[in-house]
Amino acid sequence: MPINFDKALGVFPQHLSLYGKRSTLLASNLANADTPGFKARDIDFQAALQRANGDQLHMTRTHRSHLGGRAASISDPELLYRVPMQPSLDGNTVDSQLEKAQFAENAVRYQATLTFLSGKFRGLRSAIKGE
Amino acid sequence: MSLFNVFDIAGSAMSAETVRLNVTASNLANAQSVGSSEQSTYHARHPVFAAVMGSLRDNAASAGVAVSGIVESQAPLEQRYQPEHPMANEEGYVFLPNVNIVDEMANMISASRSYQGNVEVLNTSKQLMLATLKLGQ
Repeated sequence: MPINFDKALGVFPQHLSLYGKRSTLLASNLANADTPGFKARDIDFQAALQRANGDQLHMTRTHRSHLGGRAASISDPELLYRVPMQPSLDGNTVDSQLEKAQFAENAVRYQATLTFLSGKFRGLRSAIKGE
Repeated sequence: MSLFNVFDIAGSAMSAETVRLNVTASNLANAQSVGSSEQSTYHARHPVFAAVMGSLRDNAASAGVAVSGIVESQAPLEQRYQPEHPMANEEGYVFLPNVNIVDEMANMISASRSYQGNVEVLNTSKQLMLATLKLGQ
């Protein structure tokens, strides 16, 4: 039986790319902590993962000239705006403490996913070697 | 690899905060530079930050920071009656810069904290990337 790498690695590669995207978003939120009018953005991780697992709702077109509607995919997750707890007068909605906490959590999750992935690779390698 | 964008973003923020620190330093240094007229006296300067959207590859939502300009404060200058001062004008007044030391100190602390935060982001991303490179070894 041939080894299928995509199946063997499971959902972890997709998680990894999603965590990478999210860290970019959080980094740009933090970078713009002092920019007037900047709105903090984030992705709904749970929803993005559910879409990655395939349970997503499709729009039904009842007329041929209807627009299809953009279905957010794992590689292009839907970007949401953060609801600020205490918006500042200059229109900036970045709460740098919150963003820092989210960034740290995201980094830990990324690292955890890496650990799972390297476990998968170790398993594959020992299967190939037949030890 | 989207983590590469973090370097651009955090780097742009660090350079913007450096500009802010520079401007603060120049304001503090010139807090006592008197002049003999409204025009020739130093005015407090402040950087204006703006988000740079979409210029970074593939991810339009991520945004770096740029300094879109430096504005001079239009607050009125303080005039002091010092006829013995060499810079005094015909009426005996010298003009003091409209630098608010307390504002500048608060600005300085805010800029250095933001800089530190961005350095942390950069370091964490670097570690994550290095760990990703070691994957499967």
